Amino acid sequence: MTSSTAPDTANDGPMLAADGRTLKSSLNRALRRSKLRALMLIAPLLIFVLLTFIAPIADMLFRSVENQIVSDTLPRTTQALADWDAGGDALPEDSTYRELYRDIFLAKERKLHTRLGSRLNYELTGVSSLFRKSGRKVEDMGEVYQDQFEDLDGFWKQGENWNALMGDADWLAAQNAWDDKSDTAQPQFVASGAVSTLLPLTAEMFTLYADFVQNEDEDNLAKEDPWALIYSALHQDLTSGAGVASYAGPGAAELQAAAAAAGDFETVVFREAFEDVDEDWGSLDVWQTLKVYSPNFTSGYFLNSIDMQKTIDGPEMRDDNEQIYLKLFMRTLFMSLVITGSCILLGYPVGYMLANLPAKTANLLMILVLLPFWTSLLVRTSAWKVMLQQQGVVNDTLVWLGVVADDSRLALINNQTGTIIAMTHILLPFMILPLYSVMKTIPPSYTRAAKSLGATNWTAFWRVYFPQSVPGIGAGSILVFILSIGYYITPEIVGGTTGTFISNRIAYHISSSLNWGLAAALGAILLAVVLGLYWAYDRIVGIDNVKLGG
Amino acid sequence: MKLAKTLMASTALTVAAGMVAADGHMANEMTIVSWGGAYSNSQQQAYHNPYMEKTGVTIINDESSAEAVAKLRAMNEAGNVTWDVVDVVAADAIRLCDEGLAMEIDADEQLAAAPDGTPASEDFGDLLVSDCFIPQIVYSTTFGYRTDMVGDTPPTSVCAVFDTEAYPGKRALEKRPINNMEWALLCDGVAKDDVYDVLETEEGQQQALDKLATIKDDVIWWSAGADTPQLLADGEVVMGSTYNGRLFSVIEEQKQPVAMLWDAQVFDLDGWIIPTGLSDERKARALDYIMFATDTQRLADQAKYISYGPARASSAPLVGQHADLGIDMAPHMPTDPENAKNTFLYNYEFWADYRDDIDAKFQAWLAQ
Amino acid sequence: MDNASDEAFVAFERVQKSYDGENLVVKDLNLSLPKGEFLTMLGPSGSGKTTCLMMLAGFETATHGDILLDGKSINNIPPHKRGIGMVFQNYALFPHMTVAENLSFPLEVRGMGKSEREEKVKRALDMVQMGDFGGRRPAQLSGGQQQRIALSRALVFEPELVLMDEPLGALDKQLRETLQFEITNLAHELGITTVYVTHDQTEALTMSDRVAVFDDGRIQQLAPPDKLYEEPENSFVAQFIGENNTLEGVIKEINNDVALVELDGGAVIDAKPINVTTVGERTRVSIRPERVEYNKDRLSADAHTLKAEVLEFIYMGDIFRTRLRVAGKDDFVIKTRNAPDQTRLKPGEQIEIGWLPQDCRALDA
Repeated sequence: MTSSTAPDTANDGPMLAADGRTLKSSLNRALRRSKLRALMLIAPLLIFVLLTFIAPIADMLFRSVENQIVSDTLPRTTQALADWDAGGDALPEDSTYRELYRDIFLAKERKLHTRLGSRLNYELTGVSSLFRKSGRKVEDMGEVYQDQFEDLDGFWKQGENWNALMGDADWLAAQNAWDDKSDTAQPQFVASGAVSTLLPLTAEMFTLYADFVQNEDEDNLAKEDPWALIYSALHQDLTSGAGVASYAGPGAAELQAAAAAAGDFETVVFREAFEDVDEDWGSLDVWQTLKVYSPNFTSGYFLNSIDMQKTIDGPEMRDDNEQIYLKLFMRTLFMSLVITGSCILLGYPVGYMLANLPAKTANLLMILVLLPFWTSLLVRTSAWKVMLQQQGVVNDTLVWLGVVADDSRLALINNQTGTIIAMTHILLPFMILPLYSVMKTIPPSYTRAAKSLGATNWTAFWRVYFPQSVPGIGAGSILVFILSIGYYITPEIVGGTTGTFISNRIAYHISSSLNWGLAAALGAILLAVVLGLYWAYDRIVGIDNVKLGG
Repeated sequence: MKLAKTLMASTALTVAAGMVAADGHMANEMTIVSWGGAYSNSQQQAYHNPYMEKTGVTIINDESSAEAVAKLRAMNEAGNVTWDVVDVVAADAIRLCDEGLAMEIDADEQLAAAPDGTPASEDFGDLLVSDCFIPQIVYSTTFGYRTDMVGDTPPTSVCAVFDTEAYPGKRALEKRPINNMEWALLCDGVAKDDVYDVLETEEGQQQALDKLATIKDDVIWWSAGADTPQLLADGEVVMGSTYNGRLFSVIEEQKQPVAMLWDAQVFDLDGWIIPTGLSDERKARALDYIMFATDTQRLADQAKYISYGPARASSAPLVGQHADLGIDMAPHMPTDPENAKNTFLYNYEFWADYRDDIDAKFQAWLAQ
Repeated sequence: MDNASDEAFVAFERVQKSYDGENLVVKDLNLSLPKGEFLTMLGPSGSGKTTCLMMLAGFETATHGDILLDGKSINNIPPHKRGIGMVFQNYALFPHMTVAENLSFPLEVRGMGKSEREEKVKRALDMVQMGDFGGRRPAQLSGGQQQRIALSRALVFEPELVLMDEPLGALDKQLRETLQFEITNLAHELGITTVYVTHDQTEALTMSDRVAVFDDGRIQQLAPPDKLYEEPENSFVAQFIGENNTLEGVIKEINNDVALVELDGGAVIDAKPINVTTVGERTRVSIRPERVEYNKDRLSADAHTLKAEVLEFIYMGDIFRTRLRVAGKDDFVIKTRNAPDQTRLKPGEQIEIGWLPQDCRALDA
């Protein structure tokens, strides 16, 4: 610090840069700028990774616990069920069935009930058709009320009367003036304040109806007639002592007349109506399932994926004849280990040979190693089928050689053996490549040194060469193991019943049963297992002991 | 900060290009999804080519029907449905309809009437198993057997599958409970009419699995329709179930020593759905295609290329000869009276409910 | 070239080596060295010296001929049974073992007990002043330290013969000089026979009892360093060892160990005939720069002199280096000691140079 422009302040304060800022802050500024530039350079990659990797995994984890469909589709029912003692042997109260009627009615209009049925059918067999059936019949259930109101007075038949009764005056004027051929937007329904306080339930249902007509069906509300659902709501409002006497708005006379008559109306007991549709609505199982799955988030998928089920009394193991996932997890891990092991056994000598051949020959042979990458996976796997089946090439050869008898041909496919053989073949390059690139960097002088020091060929290999190739084995094993844990095409084709993996069930739930929640939970567990093993590997072997090359 | 500008510009370009690609439907193109192979070929000949000729629309084929339900759900969630018309089996159509992924179609308004004026709903009749589904063909899952491996008494009943004494050798069965459970009960003495009542119960399911257990060691379980034909052709199995059209091809086109066992064949339907969420223009074109492709003559035409029965009653009399082989196709139709003496119709309602449950038990049983 | 004698500890007898079956890398090699000798194989790369070493170590097999160790042919003995210590170019310390484990390795494979092993390892480490480094990994050591460890590992099992393949090649000059000294000291102290391969002539000259100069698969000359420098037997050795001035010409006459050479420029000089025998033969005359004299007083009267023009004068501290144009060639260099009475030549100066006839060697062309 002999420069005259920079005062030596080391002793009495922070070091200052030429422009008088502290050295630290101007260093930070310079660093920040270069960091920002670096960040911008990696931004495309970062966004790509976020979108294609992090986001799907987050989505998967979310799906494995997400269960909003029940409370979204049946909001009133789930709320009513909150107080119900599911452990007892009494069915929910009749009012719960009335809420169920409303929920299913609304869900049916929005075509959501069958989706919920499929969802709950994963938990209780038969719910799918129960909801489908109920959806078909639900429109008829409340018709009794509609008929009685309409019989009482033709006023109730007309949509425009309803609009006048339920709607705000300004809105009504706008709606009636609206030309549905024009491009202008339909005036959104606004409930009349007076009626909303007088007939809250009716107003609520009518608002839902109006919203549906205007926004989902995009029909002219002025030309539509209301749903049966609204009549039952009106009946409920009127019979629960609405003070209609003081009401003086549009349709006051008809409303007061209806209020007087409503007490004598024939009523519907919705429980009976539902039990008429399907006796399952009278079974505790259905209601318990609904209650157990009413929260927005559920552990049900995770319990299912470890052969348990969520019941009203908490988690329980499934029956023996339904347990499969734990077994498949164990099998997947075990077979992946076996496949990794056989890849090491077969790949190590190949890698060694390649690394010790002259470059020209090695490159040529490397093409042979890589060749499988250039053929389609399906073709390769199918070729194994032709090779390994009982009337296949391998068995034919063995019979011809007299190694096995014609009537006791070996079962090499459609079992674990088949999966192991085919997967070892497919994954072998993933073992050979890291082994080769690590072995390539081990100078021959190490083995020579060991021999000159008196080691036999075997000792020189085992004590000196092998330890140095371990990082290659580690990298190859991690690659092969993780790839094989996630494989499903090959096990599906050649695995028969004993050689399939957990991934096959995941694929089944993704593409066939559409039980994505369960698939996500299984996937999440698989991910956790892989991470756990990775962690264990790091603890035992050390992750810096993994090399893909040089 | 020239770099930043360049980056932003290129990002914007990429995004824009992506959006164009996502909405990549040219005005005159439609994507039709089907199963690939001989089946897609039959559709190409019978439907696509005449339709393209008539309208000038270009049809892009996508062979994703096997994963159609999952893919449609994913597309729907992403809000970007790229398919216009999708060929699926009836069970998938029901599922798609339940999930709100396929649009409802009014048969009488949106499909062509029969030449004699019979409305489409009557012409298709009971085969309209879902509001979203327009059936195209009736196919069956049935057995084929090696004529050279069954001795002098070729099997005549489906129960031969369970008789390993009379017919030793491996059998190929599909790796799922559907059909296998029915056949097992049928051959375990349950009357045909009672099969589903029995199968509804735990005991019935166990009974079916127990029956299957008697041949478990002799079964190769298949998961792709092409498996059984290959296994039969290689003599790897003595008999195996698959779709009748696949067996037709093994027997008549490849001339393998294989014969049909039509007993207790299970009818199933394959047909079209139109995904929800299409723009009005694409929806109109999809409906126009469906109207064209499911009329009486077109359905009958398809049978020239593949041995599946047309789904319309009015098409049956029009079924002619195979386009290449020149043989009469009628006797090869699963619906031919001679073949249809003892049949099942896939019970969609039952399996929609019980599929998840029984499949779990079936897979657990398989894994034991 | 000596033939293998009976007392020879190591002997090569008519050894040939070919890798491809077409070209010989080692051509008819005969060499023997007695116990305790420090022999260096020196030569440019590709001259066959490393191949010879590898054949001795057992990593290459001779295509023809015998290699004898202590009188017995070792052609068919695998490397690990030869009991030869070896130091490699890049040390070849096992990276996954500590220094002590590296040293212990040769003892372990010989089945030595643990306590004995530890003691020997300790002694071997002390011998190279690395006693505190037993627990380190090779990667944690500097190049010189690694070299010391490699050396002590090659010695720890007390071999009678140690081979070193350019062991100092990767070190800087100063360290190299220190280690050269240490290696020769150790070798002599322990009385081991050493075969040392290098392409660095200074190293060869400073360390060795004898040096074998290799070229083109043959030993060009085998001699102690001083003899090699002062009495090169052919022009390759003369060129290869040390700095050398060469003049080309034709033999005019030879008598009494003095040859008269007519240089291509026409001048005539005296030289000592080494491997020239006939008059009229072309020859290359070799004179060491420090043996050239330009002070006439120091030359005998009858000495032939040559005219020279000073081109460049370089002051190098202990010596002066002067480049001259002589007989039409302008790469003639002379070196003179920086002494008080020494003349400093200036470029452009015309001088006459001369030398003693025995310093000027007429060699093959």
